[in-house]
Amino acid sequence: MLYDYILQLLIIVAQIMAVIAPVLISVAFLVYAERKILALIQLRKGPNVVGPFGLLQSFADALKLITKENILPSGSNKIVFLLAPIITMVLSLAAWAVIPFAPGWVISDINVGIMYLFAISSLGVYGIIMAGWASNSKYPFLGALRSAAQMVSYEVSIGFVIITVLLCVGSLNLTKIVEAQQTVWFAIPLLPMFIIFFISALAETNRLPFDLPEDESTLVAGFFTEYSSASFVLFFLAEYASMILMSAMTVILFLGGWLPLFDIYPLNIIPGVIWFTIKIMFVLFLFIWVRGTFPRYRYDQLMRLGWKVFLPLSLFWVVITAGFLVTFDIVPN
Amino acid sequence: MKEVEINSTTLNFGPQHPAAHGVLRLVVDLDGEVVERAEPHIGLLHRGTEKLIEYKTYLQAVPYFDRLDYVSPMCQEHAFALSTEKLLNLQVPIRAQYIRVIFAEITRILNHLLNIPAYAADIGAVTPFLWCFEKREKLLEFHEAVSGARFHAAYFRPGGVHQDMPKGMEEKLYNYINTLPKFIDDLEELLTNNRILRQRSVDIGIITKQEAIDWGCSGPVLRSSGVAWDLRRSQPYDAYDKVDFEVPIGKKGDCFDRYLIRIEEMRQSIKIINQCLEQIQPGIISVNDNKITPPKRNTMKKSMESLIHHFKLFTEGYRVPTGETYCAVEAPKGEFGVFLVSDGSSKPYRCKIRAPGFAHLQTLNHLSRGHLMADIAAILGSLDIVFGEVDR
Repeated sequence: MLYDYILQLLIIVAQIMAVIAPVLISVAFLVYAERKILALIQLRKGPNVVGPFGLLQSFADALKLITKENILPSGSNKIVFLLAPIITMVLSLAAWAVIPFAPGWVISDINVGIMYLFAISSLGVYGIIMAGWASNSKYPFLGALRSAAQMVSYEVSIGFVIITVLLCVGSLNLTKIVEAQQTVWFAIPLLPMFIIFFISALAETNRLPFDLPEDESTLVAGFFTEYSSASFVLFFLAEYASMILMSAMTVILFLGGWLPLFDIYPLNIIPGVIWFTIKIMFVLFLFIWVRGTFPRYRYDQLMRLGWKVFLPLSLFWVVITAGFLVTFDIVPN
Repeated sequence: MKEVEINSTTLNFGPQHPAAHGVLRLVVDLDGEVVERAEPHIGLLHRGTEKLIEYKTYLQAVPYFDRLDYVSPMCQEHAFALSTEKLLNLQVPIRAQYIRVIFAEITRILNHLLNIPAYAADIGAVTPFLWCFEKREKLLEFHEAVSGARFHAAYFRPGGVHQDMPKGMEEKLYNYINTLPKFIDDLEELLTNNRILRQRSVDIGIITKQEAIDWGCSGPVLRSSGVAWDLRRSQPYDAYDKVDFEVPIGKKGDCFDRYLIRIEEMRQSIKIINQCLEQIQPGIISVNDNKITPPKRNTMKKSMESLIHHFKLFTEGYRVPTGETYCAVEAPKGEFGVFLVSDGSSKPYRCKIRAPGFAHLQTLNHLSRGHLMADIAAILGSLDIVFGEVDR
């Protein structure tokens, strides 16, 4: 009896490790890819010294950062200061529990998967606010305030985008959402929503042109100005892990998850997990491409875009979609 | 209910801040994110240049000018060379005049190739910076070709220029300079019509005509407000009266106008350089007076006279007649002037430097009041401030 429980526990731990390890490794290579792609956009070489083609650069950087001294600012609230990066990191990893990588490849196939994801990504703002507050310094504080306002604003429109998708699927389960895209990916009928979702995802992950919480030309490094060493690494990892997570969400909601591009012979023998990875990589490339091209929004402009453009537009599209589904009597059940 | 007074945040912006353009320290009073007051504190890069020049001969003073605004070195040497020549009552040979104009314009392109991407980087666009630096680097090779140094050239000297352009450089320069319009087009494609850049710069940091004049602005900052004032046009020095160029002016006086003016000035500089390269003729490159300019190296080995001249020039220097003068050039950042007083000795009695950045920096408080915190960086970038010349 006890033996069964332990076995169960071991299986769960193994499953979690099987997800977390690839995620963390892909974070390392995402950082490398970002630096390489940015370098190409900027007509330079990028990291090319550590390992073949500089592939091990991220690991060298991580090692360097972790072995450095962790400086605790004297005026800071030490417990909250150290808790903040841990919370951010844990949240960005916890979200992976419901992501289906391929049919059946999911740690917990819960019925409210999308709500879980939404909740976890909303909680992410706490880590940032705590970091900004506990640092007891002005730049992080301003960064944290900006971040709180920004993430809350864009979550509203993300919420409406998700509702639109849910209307077309009739389920909150992520696997069902992917399966509903057998005929056509939602990116095509819901193209405006796809664009809004992608832009909101940029804002949600604090990426350019919305990286105001860490706006280096005014706020030095924003909410993690005072962080160093391992706690900085945690923030850094969390930021990139949540980038991958938002890409995964984009792929699941709009780009047909693990489904092949076309359901024809040479394409459909490629395993779903590979399709899923390729699509995530494509979305991540967009993230990086945007970073290499655009300047940064100002705080008030960002708010205006969120509340005066995205919110009405996404709300309007919810109504349109619902109306369309009811009129033609194709509401999924 | 009791009224509570909410204190605005005071933020110490710099001197070690990624957007501070060197060693600027700003004390910013914020109400939320709205700037109530932004007071620049200067002097962190003060090196006492003006005083040091009083202890150096006129020739030894030249390198100090490279180190003022280290982004556009040759234009400053130009101002010093012009004022010394005025005191000496010298007429510079025509070839030297053209060479000076060519290099002053290369310097202008160099400066704007730094300022435009730095401005873009201040508002978050990272890519133009790297693009422009590559072009800048290649342009600096021309500095190196004539003077041996990329930045601290000490090339414009009272009486002409230090040495002639190496053989074949005119053609190389012509070929290179005419690849730049394409590059500027690419740069504009990335920036000018970008909506975010426009939102970040249109109507930000507006300076009116009268304000710009009252605050002592010059260069692109003055012209952005609509005042058509360019020293190259209004009081041409060297060969500027022999070339044809346009002076772009703005309408509103905001950051975007200043950005556009700099882009257009680069195009005009290319035009000027092309004309100079067409018109330039072989000839001597410094006045044929060994009391002022050193004799040729090989004559020094043979002629006693030359050897004495050389010795006297590099020990005592030349004596400059008593008098005072103010000469200004249109440096890339604005009017760069040198007020030179001579007491008849071989060292300047006083050398007052008028740096455009100093005048521009004082407008910062006025321009940024009421804007958001993030706009300070944009305004600072568009004013084009380099601390070498502000602090001197």
